[in-house]
Order: sequence, then structure tokens, then C-alpha cells
Amino acid sequence: MAVVQAPPLPRRRRSARRNPGLDALRIAFLAGFLLFVLLPLYWVIITSIKPTSDYLVVPPVWFPSEPTIVHYTAALFSYRGLQALVNSLIISSASTVLSTVFGTMMAYSLARFNTGGQHLAFWVLSQRFLPPVAVILPIFLLFRSWKLYDTHVGLILAYTFMTLPLTVWMMYAYFRQLPKSLEEAALVDGLSRWQTLWKIAVPLAAPGIVAAAVFAFIAVWTEFFFALILTSRHAFTLPTVFRAFLGFQGAQYGEACALATTSLVPSLILGMLVQRHLVRGLTLGAIRG
Amino acid sequence: MANVKITRLEKHYAGVPAVRGIDLEIADGEFTVLVGPSGCGKSTLLRTIAGLEDIDAGTIEIGGAVVNEMRPRDRDVAMVFQDYALYPHMTVHGNISLSLKARNTPRPEIEQRVQRAAAMLGIANLLQRYPRQLSGGQRQRVAIGRAIVRNPRLFLFDEPLSNLDAQLRDEMRSEIKRLHQELGTTMIYVTHDQIEAMTLADRIVLLKDGLVEQAGSPLDLYERPATRFVAGFLGSPKMNFIPGQLVVNGSAAVRFADGATLALPDRRSVPAEWSGRAVTFGIRPQHFGRDPSALSGQAARVSAQVELLQPTGSRAFITFPFGGAPVMAELASHDVQGPGERIDLYMDMSRAILIDPESGRVI
Repeated sequence: MAVVQAPPLPRRRRSARRNPGLDALRIAFLAGFLLFVLLPLYWVIITSIKPTSDYLVVPPVWFPSEPTIVHYTAALFSYRGLQALVNSLIISSASTVLSTVFGTMMAYSLARFNTGGQHLAFWVLSQRFLPPVAVILPIFLLFRSWKLYDTHVGLILAYTFMTLPLTVWMMYAYFRQLPKSLEEAALVDGLSRWQTLWKIAVPLAAPGIVAAAVFAFIAVWTEFFFALILTSRHAFTLPTVFRAFLGFQGAQYGEACALATTSLVPSLILGMLVQRHLVRGLTLGAIRG
Repeated sequence: MANVKITRLEKHYAGVPAVRGIDLEIADGEFTVLVGPSGCGKSTLLRTIAGLEDIDAGTIEIGGAVVNEMRPRDRDVAMVFQDYALYPHMTVHGNISLSLKARNTPRPEIEQRVQRAAAMLGIANLLQRYPRQLSGGQRQRVAIGRAIVRNPRLFLFDEPLSNLDAQLRDEMRSEIKRLHQELGTTMIYVTHDQIEAMTLADRIVLLKDGLVEQAGSPLDLYERPATRFVAGFLGSPKMNFIPGQLVVNGSAAVRFADGATLALPDRRSVPAEWSGRAVTFGIRPQHFGRDPSALSGQAARVSAQVELLQPTGSRAFITFPFGGAPVMAELASHDVQGPGERIDLYMDMSRAILIDPESGRVI
């Protein structure tokens, strides 16, 4: 017997029900917000290609008539910005990878086996309560005697420890909301615990892991204090270079902006690569099958 | 293929006992249903058999070998979970074949076995889909496919149908029964639904508070319940329980609070010294009828003032006061017109049970 189906109800357009005045207000707010965020960014980028004479003139120069790249060459080569960029990339990537790998394992262990009872998880987070100033001197002294001072490895280790609490906590929250039965099914299906972690739990927690990794990367990428104390001529990172632009001769706006623009690029690329995962990870989206 | 033997099994969660010393033997090829109210320990028992929970005391044997310390993957059991537990990031094919891949089965054999399992369950056309693209019934089939593909020696089902709507549930129930007949593998099935238990089981194990209340064939438990709990748990609508008092005066009878008296069947020998003893009289709604000749045993006439009428189409449930308690009877729909009506009913006394109200055991 044929079943006659009623035609679907016409869907009412949502905007038709909206108040036009409210819409205008919404657009105005968003425009204002966009301006608030993008204008400084624009100013930094534009200043990086302005000739020195255009920095602080009134009325301001919105686009230089003779754009220049001298600030870039100065920042990257004279001020050793390029080496700092390479150092930063190495150190940030390495400590992000380490922090993510160890963080995943620890978070899984906390979430699934309740390792360390109810206190260990909080103890991990409590490491973040400690102000960096309180630990920098001991770390500095240890690093000097262990020959880790001013080395990539030293800074990578320091940053891994610095970012681990956050990555552990983000992933702990994520693993906890994964249904246990998926992993149990895998165990009964014949996977070992390790295989279950890597083949079932990690792929499902990927959004959370990516989000944690991005946070770790950004935290390391912009970190100044540890880098300042633990490095000098060799393993120095991008943020420490900015110090040099504020000298007794005044501020080197062009060079500072050129380096700032350069340092934006990796974050921007990273952001675009993981955007899809990041949004899901931050909203802790459910992964019901 | 394997039998299962459980001896004095105990499991506590942080000091709270979930399973309190269960002995259970399940024969090879048997379909056993563990049933009971929530919190009775049935799921815990199943999970200990799967190896997903450690046990605190006792032994579990599968196929004659103690598996207490064995990891789940080495027990060669398959489990179907309540929420299906399909891997969302894998296709149906990936879901079904994972267990074979984990055991390093050669690729052609994987292919062949996945195809066979899929054909058996009618999901061959879904193999490239992801779980999120499937309906509830299809997901359940995939979950079952994942279990049958590796020919385990034991199947475990943890309330597999409770997330499905009523119609699908009926369909899948038949499917599972058919699978058991085709495969002949030992199956242990957990449910809180007594209809599933009655229809599927070769043997029902009714659990209560972490202990086995009664085990036996479905009809055994239905017709010869050992306790009031069993009598009340199986059967729908529930058995009627009416408090009363034994009167032995030549022949035995039960007198109720409102003075009504029912004579017990002659074959039921009640010692004279039991006279005056308090009992609970139990009778199922199905054991009432309007025609005394249609009842199997000695019939007792009851005059019923219909208080409530619940028609279901083919049958009608009526509620009326009797012996100081509301009593429900199941009649044919045309036996009764509406509430307020007074009708004569006959009760099949050979099916009635007497319960000791103190111990809860059937006398």
C-alpha cells in the first residue's frame, strides 16, 4: 500500500521574523568590534612598511606612498630576528609535541584509571598557580649546572613543563566526556589498552587534543619571561628580540612592527590549519555516534 | 562454543556490594537471560564475565578454564552494548572488521567474514557508511554484526534493545532469537524487560540485590515462582497480591480483610495447625474469566464492581475491589461494557499461589 506523505511545511525564513532595528544594532556592534580588533593589527602591518618619517605624523598616514622593506631586513638580520624566528619555531613545535603526547597519556590515565585518586588531577592544575617568578631562579641555577642554559633542549623542557598542566586539564575534560563503552567495546574486540588509546580514544578526542596543542603552542610562542632568563646569545626566541627595539635612542617602531608581523605568520597558518578542529574542541562537542 | 560456570562471585564498588556471591552454570549453546530491576547486579555480572570489571571473590570459568585474571581480549567473548558503542570515526566495515584486524586475520578472510556477517543481518549495503548516517535499528545491527563476525565462543548482550522504539524492539528481538538458532552459540543477555526475558530465554536468571532469586525456564518461573518477588516481576500486568488469613476447617480457605472467603482447591493439603496464619494470596490477571468452563482448574466465583476499564484492543484490563485490595483482571474486550458495571467473574484457583508474608516465599 502506498503511503501518501504530507508535503513538508514551508519553512519560515528566520530573518523575516526579526526586528530590523535589532539587526541594525547587531551589525553596528559587530562592525565596531571588528574595527577594535583589526585596526591595531592594520596599524602594525602598515607601520612595518612605512618610512621612518611617517611614524608619528599628524594627520596619520593610512597608507605610505613609498612602502619599504628596510625594517624587515633590519629586524630579521641586524637584530637577528631570523635566528629568533627559527629558534622560536623549533622550541614551540618541540614543546607542543612533547606536551601534547605526554599530556594525552596523563589525561587518559587520570580520566580512565583515576590515577592518583582525587588529588593528583588537581595537583597537576595547581602547578599553574605558581607564579613563574617563584621558580625561575632555581630553574636558572639547575640549568646552568646541567649545561642546559641557553640551549634549545633546556627551553623546550621548561616550556613542556609549563604547558603540561593546561594540556592535561583540557584533555582530561575531553576524555572524561567520551563514552567509556567505546573503549570497552574495543577491549572486548581484542585491542590492547595502548591500541585502544591510540586507535579509539585519541581519534575521538582529536578536537580536544588539537585545541590543547594550539593553546600550548600559542603560550610558548608568546612567552617572554622564561626565554629572557634562560637564554642569551644562542637559543633566544622572538619575544626576547623585541627588547632590543626599545633602546636609549628611542623606539624602533618600524623594526618592532616588522618583527611582530613576521611572528604573526606561523600563528596565522596554524590557526587556519586547525580551525575546524579548534571550534569543535573548544565547544567540547559531543561525539555521539 | 563454551559453557560458563560462575562460583561464589562477588563484586563491590567502593564497599557497596553489587554482586553478593552468585553461583551460576550456563550450558553450552544456552540462551540465558539475566533479568531484574535496576541495581540488581545483572549488568555488573555481565561485565565481569566480559572482563571489563575485576572481581573481588569467586571464580568465572569459560569453557572449563578460569578466566579471572584474563584480559577481555583473551576471553574470546563478544559483547553488544546498550548504546551500541560503534566507533564513530570508522565506517560500518571498519567497525565490523576491527576485531579481525586486531587478531591479524588475513585480508581475504576478513573480507569474506565481514560480507557474510553483513548479509546475515541485511546490512551489506551499508558497509561504507559511518555510524552517524545510520538509523537506530541499523546501528544495532552493526553492533551485532561486530559481535558475530569473529565467531566468539560466547555472546554477551547488555540491554541491547532498550534504546530502540517499540516496533524496532520487537523486530530486533526476533532477529536475535533467529541468530541464536542459526549460530547455536552460548548467549547471555541482560535486560530489565520481562517480556524480552520471557520471549528470548532458554533459561531466565532473575536477580535481586546482587543475588540469584530464581533460575529456570521462562514458564517455570512464570508458573511456579519461588518468591513473591519473582511472581510480581514476571507477567504483565502484574500478579495481584491480596493479604488474607488461612482458615482450615475440614477444607482450607483464605479469608480476606473484607470478610470474603475463597476455598482453596481440594488437592492443596494445608495442615490444620496453619489455621489463622497470615498469608498473601496471589493470582494473575490472566487467570480470571467470565466462563468457568474455560478455566483449567477449580473456579471460584467473584462478583466484581468494575472501577476502572483499560481496553487494549483484543483484551481489556479491569480493576475492581476484592478482599480489601484493588484487583486487576484481564478479560476479552467484549466481556465488559464500562466502569460501574457489576459482573460475575471466575478465578482459576489452581493457578493461585500462597505466599508467606514474612519470608516472601511461596508456600
